Amino acid sequence: MQNTTNHAELAEVFNNDEARVDWHDETLWWIRSKRDVAVNKISNWEVLRETASQIKNNVLSNLNNYLQQFEGNAIANGIIIHWAADAKEHNQIVLSILEKHSIHQMVKSKSMLTEECHLNDFLEENGINVIDSDLGERIVQLAKEMPSHIVLPCIHKKKEEIGELFHQHLGTPAGNADPQFLTETARQHLRDTFLTRRAALTGINFAIAETGEFVVCTNEGNADMGAHLADVHIASMGIEKIIPERKHLGVFLRLLTRSATGQPITTYSSHFKRPNKGKEMHIIIVDNGRSIQLGREDFRNSLKCIRCGACMNTCPVYRRSGGHSYHNAISGPIGSILAPNLDMEKYADLPFASTLCGSCTNVCPVKIDIHQQLYKWRQVIVKNGYVPAAKKASMQIMDWTLSSPTAYHTAGKAGRLVLKYAPFMVNNKLNPWYKHRDMPEPPKESFGEWYKKNRK
Amino acid sequence: MKVGLFIPCYVDQFYPDAAIACLQLLEKLGVDVVYPKNQTCCGQPMANSGFEHLTGGCNDLFIKNFSDFDYVVGPSGSCVLHLKEHLHNHDNPEIATTLSNKLYEFTSFLTDVLKVKSLPARFPHKVGVHQSCHGQRGLHLSQMTELVAPEFSKPGSLLNMVKDIELVHLNRKDECCGFGGTFCVAEEAVSSKMGKDRVEDHLHNGAEYITGVDMSCLMHMEGILHRQGSKVKVLHIAEILNGE
Amino acid sequence: MTSREKILSAIKTNQPDLATLPDVDFLLQEDVDIPEKFIASLTAIGGQVVMVKNHSAIKAFIAENFIHPSRKITTVSELEDIAEYIEDNSTVPHSLENVDYAIIEADLAIAENGAIWVTEDKIRTRVLPFITQHLAVIVKKKDVVPTMHYAYNKIAANDYGFATFIAGPSKTADIEQSLVLGAHGSRSMTVFLMAQ
Repeated sequence: MQNTTNHAELAEVFNNDEARVDWHDETLWWIRSKRDVAVNKISNWEVLRETASQIKNNVLSNLNNYLQQFEGNAIANGIIIHWAADAKEHNQIVLSILEKHSIHQMVKSKSMLTEECHLNDFLEENGINVIDSDLGERIVQLAKEMPSHIVLPCIHKKKEEIGELFHQHLGTPAGNADPQFLTETARQHLRDTFLTRRAALTGINFAIAETGEFVVCTNEGNADMGAHLADVHIASMGIEKIIPERKHLGVFLRLLTRSATGQPITTYSSHFKRPNKGKEMHIIIVDNGRSIQLGREDFRNSLKCIRCGACMNTCPVYRRSGGHSYHNAISGPIGSILAPNLDMEKYADLPFASTLCGSCTNVCPVKIDIHQQLYKWRQVIVKNGYVPAAKKASMQIMDWTLSSPTAYHTAGKAGRLVLKYAPFMVNNKLNPWYKHRDMPEPPKESFGEWYKKNRK
Repeated sequence: MKVGLFIPCYVDQFYPDAAIACLQLLEKLGVDVVYPKNQTCCGQPMANSGFEHLTGGCNDLFIKNFSDFDYVVGPSGSCVLHLKEHLHNHDNPEIATTLSNKLYEFTSFLTDVLKVKSLPARFPHKVGVHQSCHGQRGLHLSQMTELVAPEFSKPGSLLNMVKDIELVHLNRKDECCGFGGTFCVAEEAVSSKMGKDRVEDHLHNGAEYITGVDMSCLMHMEGILHRQGSKVKVLHIAEILNGE
Repeated sequence: MTSREKILSAIKTNQPDLATLPDVDFLLQEDVDIPEKFIASLTAIGGQVVMVKNHSAIKAFIAENFIHPSRKITTVSELEDIAEYIEDNSTVPHSLENVDYAIIEADLAIAENGAIWVTEDKIRTRVLPFITQHLAVIVKKKDVVPTMHYAYNKIAANDYGFATFIAGPSKTADIEQSLVLGAHGSRSMTVFLMAQ
């Protein structure tokens, strides 16, 4: 769909429509504001964050044991456990479960992990019809796009565009963009799906080692409608979704939705412990690069993520470039520190799509040091040679100039002279700064020169 | 107490008035302050671009120029933060740590060390205060809106000592301006849009001047203001605090 | 090596040194007017609360406010005379497709977020509270707790095959952040808050 995979270029295209950027930016800022209102009602919010952060630190440090504990308990509960080393294996496991039951249609609720694995495409190629039941996901599915946000999949779409999609695919009247009407249409259309699918796939928000149960949070109730009406429930999780004990859910469920949308909790927080009688329940535990990230001392904390999306809502760059500019299943600040681990070359641009303002780090409910990791990924990416040669050359020149007071003074003076006497050399199309900004006025002398005259 | 004045490279070259104001205000407050003439740059532009490994020369120069002072003070949250987090010396790690601990951003030096309680300055204008991110979130110069925590502002408390000043309310108190170092050219579209939105917030709320602790942010916003033909000016906070 | 072995071995090699698991019991220290807060919370998220003295009051409210005729089911034996009584888990889930109203009872409710907690045996069949067009839940005042920490404290190590927190009617804001009540779960939620 897009033939460039560079955030700066994609963001530039996004910015061609300024009114749309404003709309996208205002919407997400509004969600950040709702988050602020919600969290300020919890006087010990910062204590909660610190507690969650420490719980997740413990989980990552004891993950091997916790996963085995979870597996043992889940199996004792009658759940079938699968392990997938990578996306390919995950998809194959899903397919084989469906084939075993001669199932050719599946209903799915939101799972960013399955987006990461490109599960839908794989299943469609293998003759399985997949319907995404989350309204936002269904909309991007009809539009043949990836979700642009991990919690609000079609935040980039205007209601008129959604109305048009529904008109084309679901037969609603042309020009109807009323959210109430469109949601009702989706309700009817998907209700039929729920009632006729024998297999449902869900994500997992939290997997409890202590009890072998897992929790799925939705506002729409689609995960439950799918799972309870199907014969086979498949649940996919990354290895890092573990939390130690059931009571820890108190901490995480209080943090998750307030951080995500400003709601105190999602409408449904369903705890699945045993398959229903006569039904099958499967969990696929997926690695897909996570165990490698776990070994990266500077970046392992990114695995604490509970997928709330707060970092995206608060990121001034994300708001003005849109999730698709990150050309990855998970976008925004968290996506930018997870993706280079998967493919450093492909995602070398992402850690640079930031001003390192630090807002993300401070809304993260589990205190991931996101902006510090963005900085550190930049060093790793440069060290591995994934920067343009021109940039490398200019940095070398900068180093040489700034390491020598004489060179620095000469360069500074030269720069000011150029600006004063030959501004056209700098004030032109070749200078990206100049596109929307004037250059600073060159002063008659530098501070160093003034000091020499006036103080020494 | 002897203070070394650290002036960021772009302030030295393009905004000497901000540096002069810092110097003059410190002198008025009775500080023995010296500007080491052989200083260059803190190294941040390279480090933030992924080239921290090329900042050895800058680190060495900084240590050489500033080690002997009791305090080092600089009008830039982002340069000071960079040095505090990344200044190092392979052969003698302690020398870098010691120097880091003596390093202060300008307004925090006034509030935390000099404990300034009043200023003779007067500035009868509407002023918008830009919360430069690195100073705010990195150096904790003021509280950030993300946290559930009591409000405070070191630059704000100093501005409140200035007679007849009117600080305007902003819609987004601490959103980034979009300068971000090489980001300003590498991601030009987003950078200038962020700057434009920041400026609009100040203009919409009636600011006649935009101030802050970091000239880099102000330079970026000034570029946009000039392009728009706006009469609104940017001033480093030292220039307001130093006013008569 | 199986994938399981590969993954667990990689994790064992790469995981950092053990970090202490923090205590969370200290979070049980809320001091809030619970029923008031619960009513405010549930109302804010699109639910409604009806104060009742007993089951008769519930029946009266239903007679006046629920649409008739409609298919009403209940898991509460006291309401057998006004709705189909679902006694056990033998109901075929799909057969509930045309249920308009379901009246159930909850084990506990949470003041901070307006949620109620039900376990599988309370709802008899898992899909029941989701598939119904409208949901009504009976909660005893004494079963309302301040926060999630208190909820999990009460839930403790209780066993269930399935259980869920339900906070208000189903909803979505996926279309330009316009809040719409009634996504795939129930369109409305009524809590009968019973004095005793």
